[in-house]
Amino acid sequence: MTIPQDLKYSKEHEWVRVEGQIATIGVTDFAQEQLGDIVMVELPSEGTILTKDESFGVVESVKSVSDVFAPVSGKIVEANDPLTDSPGIMNEDCYGEGWIVKVEMSDPKELDSLMDAKAYQACLAEGH
Amino acid sequence: MLKQTPLYEVHKKLGGRIVEFGGWEMPVQYSGIMEEHRAVRKACGLFDISHMGQVLITGPKALEQVNYLTTNDVSQIPDGKCQYTAALYPDGGVVDDLIVYRINAENFLIVVNASNDEKDFNWFVQNNRFDAKILHVSHAYGMLALQGPKAKDVLANLGGALMTTTLNPFSFVEEKLMGISCIISRTGYTGEDGFEFLLSSDKVVDLWNKIIEAGRPFGLLPIGLGARDTLRLEAALSLYGHEIDQKINPLEARLAWIVKLDKPDFIGKSSLQKIEKEGITRHLVGLSMIDAGIPRAGYEVYEGEKKLGWITSGTFSPSLGKAIALALIEGTKKSGDELLVGIRKQKARAQIVNLPFYRKKKGKI
Repeated sequence: MTIPQDLKYSKEHEWVRVEGQIATIGVTDFAQEQLGDIVMVELPSEGTILTKDESFGVVESVKSVSDVFAPVSGKIVEANDPLTDSPGIMNEDCYGEGWIVKVEMSDPKELDSLMDAKAYQACLAEGH
Repeated sequence: MLKQTPLYEVHKKLGGRIVEFGGWEMPVQYSGIMEEHRAVRKACGLFDISHMGQVLITGPKALEQVNYLTTNDVSQIPDGKCQYTAALYPDGGVVDDLIVYRINAENFLIVVNASNDEKDFNWFVQNNRFDAKILHVSHAYGMLALQGPKAKDVLANLGGALMTTTLNPFSFVEEKLMGISCIISRTGYTGEDGFEFLLSSDKVVDLWNKIIEAGRPFGLLPIGLGARDTLRLEAALSLYGHEIDQKINPLEARLAWIVKLDKPDFIGKSSLQKIEKEGITRHLVGLSMIDAGIPRAGYEVYEGEKKLGWITSGTFSPSLGKAIALALIEGTKKSGDELLVGIRKQKARAQIVNLPFYRKKKGKI
């Protein structure tokens, strides 16, 4: 299981990549593996306002339905539309092509509440 | 305390992800539901179904007793045949759906659902009108299912070549396979050709390993409960607790064909006669989603604003590449009609389609 060093992580198994004011959000390798074959993604549209810790999308595998929670607050500047037709990308490349949305953060200080790779690894080891 | 089959450690070693199902710890998937599903449709797969229960009913009046407990008619099948059937409550609700193996008129083996094992046995004993000997033998038996178009090639590879031509659908034989005594039936729960093996539980690991080995050249994969569910749903086969349960009778659940109202009295008969005369008010239909979204069990089904019923089972169909469901709905809707499924905050359009969703290609088996 991969946990890239340069990302931030939520306890709900989302990752965040920060570039200036823009945060790219996806689900972690652990999450995609737990879900199994992802067959549907419900994406919010551009301009949607996200609130930290609130559900903003849904990922469905053959067996299960899971909410995706916003690790930071902000406005969606881009949604990864190809996921609608090819949700399996999230299984194949969860940290790359399988990203979900890009958000213009309204409060970058929220990033401080997220885990770094080491803390996330420890969190998984504890069985969360 | 959750139960484990003799293959529990084998499943873990094969990378199976273990979940709770009907009081058992079972593998939901190994390599992935989609891949496993496709293996069964295109090649073959091996299932551990040792969680299923078995009851023996024997004695001079065993036939009468089985017929009293079930809706189908075991007097209509010869020895060596299996029959799909159901046990009912007096009001017509379903106790369980069953496969009965007619060894002969005085000996029947009944395979029951894992989650209903104790309930069924107790029900049979409580309703032993013909003083038969009713034995709970679930612990003694393990069970494997080999399913898919290549299943017969795997069986041939195990020395069962003759069986692949002589054993007809819903027939069984007692045979030794690679030195292991089994009851082998041409049955399954996937909509494909295949075989099920009933054997002593201490031989299950041995036979599993031999089938895995014999199946390797044919692309055989071990299959978990996840793909077992998508396979049976594409074939529109009922799952107890979903399409049928205590509150759903077999006439509503498209199972009129296993109800023989012209045979002697059986539990639930008079209720079903009444229901048949008055006509059922709801029935099970197949849905194919038009809009995005996957219908799941329990989601509500509407026509406009009017609630008609609910989804009994739903999934993304790996074979069809779209979302499908079975739904129990009121009224007289038919194929082609459009309905709405409440998926989270939306109502998504779905169309009623003919069942089954998937049918295997015709050909000699």
